[in-house]
Amino acid sequence: MKRYIKLLLVGALTLALVVSVVGCGNSTPGGQSEKPKLVVGTNATFPPFESQENNELVGFDMELIRAIGEAEGYDVQVKHMDFKSLVPAVKTGKIDAAIAGMSITEERLESVAFTDAYFNAGLVVAVRDDNQDIKGPNDLKGKKLAAQTGTIGAGYCDKVAKKDSSTQVRTYDDVAQAFMELEKGGVDAVVNDHPVTLNYILTTEKARVKTVGDVFSANDKYGIAVAKDNQKLLQDLNDGLKKVKADGTYDQIYAKWIDQ
Amino acid sequence: MVWITGSLVFATSFIDSMMQIRGFRIVVQHMPSFMQGALVTLEITALSVALGMILGLFAGLGKLSKSKFIYGLATVYIDFFRGTPLFVQILLFYFGILPLIYNNGVFSSAIIICALNSGAYIAEIVRSGIQAVDKGQMEAARSLGMNHSQAMRYVILPQAYKIVIPPLINEFIALLKDTSLLSAISVMELTHRGDLVYANTYEPAWVWGAVALIYLVMTKALSVLGDYAERRLATE
Repeated sequence: MKRYIKLLLVGALTLALVVSVVGCGNSTPGGQSEKPKLVVGTNATFPPFESQENNELVGFDMELIRAIGEAEGYDVQVKHMDFKSLVPAVKTGKIDAAIAGMSITEERLESVAFTDAYFNAGLVVAVRDDNQDIKGPNDLKGKKLAAQTGTIGAGYCDKVAKKDSSTQVRTYDDVAQAFMELEKGGVDAVVNDHPVTLNYILTTEKARVKTVGDVFSANDKYGIAVAKDNQKLLQDLNDGLKKVKADGTYDQIYAKWIDQ
Repeated sequence: MVWITGSLVFATSFIDSMMQIRGFRIVVQHMPSFMQGALVTLEITALSVALGMILGLFAGLGKLSKSKFIYGLATVYIDFFRGTPLFVQILLFYFGILPLIYNNGVFSSAIIICALNSGAYIAEIVRSGIQAVDKGQMEAARSLGMNHSQAMRYVILPQAYKIVIPPLINEFIALLKDTSLLSAISVMELTHRGDLVYANTYEPAWVWGAVALIYLVMTKALSVLGDYAERRLATE
């Protein structure tokens, strides 16, 4: 008798699994829209540009790419992935484009093409609120620094470390971990994009972080990455960007996410 | 003589043509860093397994204890570390629990977490090793007038030791691969070194291919060592 009950249970569980998998398949009917699909990659750990809220990807970049897609007639689908994997994914065609608060750099231009810049960010140094020692980007020599892997903040830390070998650099897959390390006292400073650091301080309860010194590396401009051989998409995205800037959509998105 | 010069010329021209490939150049250029990373990987694995063996011995014996309290303690410990992903343990302990106890550095945290994790697996290895020793051995030792702990120390554990060597080496290999998860907390082991090169050069096939090859060399060397130990310890 006991055996039958067991068998029954296993059977019921298997059935439930199959039904739920099939159910997933049914709930995403394709072919509804005639628009061409545009698969865009991002790393949703970078508010206010992109983050996850209630199972949805939200933020400045997300609204911008949807607005551009709307203007150019694309069905935009956004995918979350590792920041450092975005450029290889665009390069190999796994995704059509990447929008992730990604600065246009010479290294990245070796692998992908970028649209016109859509945001001018700049870097800032953040320290723990009890730190009196570091007053700006010139005081980082010989300190322990943290940044997100593959960002220009990390690149800046590496440059400091190259000039002064006593400087230690730690990198993390997302910038929240770098801030955690800073609050824990594991590092002395985090070098990161200014709007994101500011957002962290403003939105995190009891954040023990402050920014010091001026915003620097002012040539830190964000672009949307596209495969080098995809000239048509590059053209469309640039056109779309111009349209949303001209009709005021860009300013609305800017006001909503950046001017907090 | 002609052969030697011929093959030398071939080898140098082969390397020259390989150096035309960007990915290959990047791998060659970063090889010293990868080697240092491999060394860190080995260090963390060796220290963690060494500590894990001490933990595992006590937890394994605890699992066989008649005291309900000790048995419960060992069970909770083993269940937690075997029943949750190492990746979650790393994040939980590094950012959550260890900072409450001391000002935790990356390297020491890495070893504590890996030792706790591997201790739980080793505990099960120890327990099954002890249980694999014939029951009659304990009875014989007790009938010679030894008490339980003496029989454990002088009769059972020396025999169990032999049985647990192969699975211990497997655990060593498993942990060596699992230390790659430590890259999440910026431990400068092999995978994190790969991460950094990949994040700046975008050559996944070459960078991760080279990293995989280095792991393979390390695990293969360990398993050859394990086979050797198994043969040496075989009694039948």
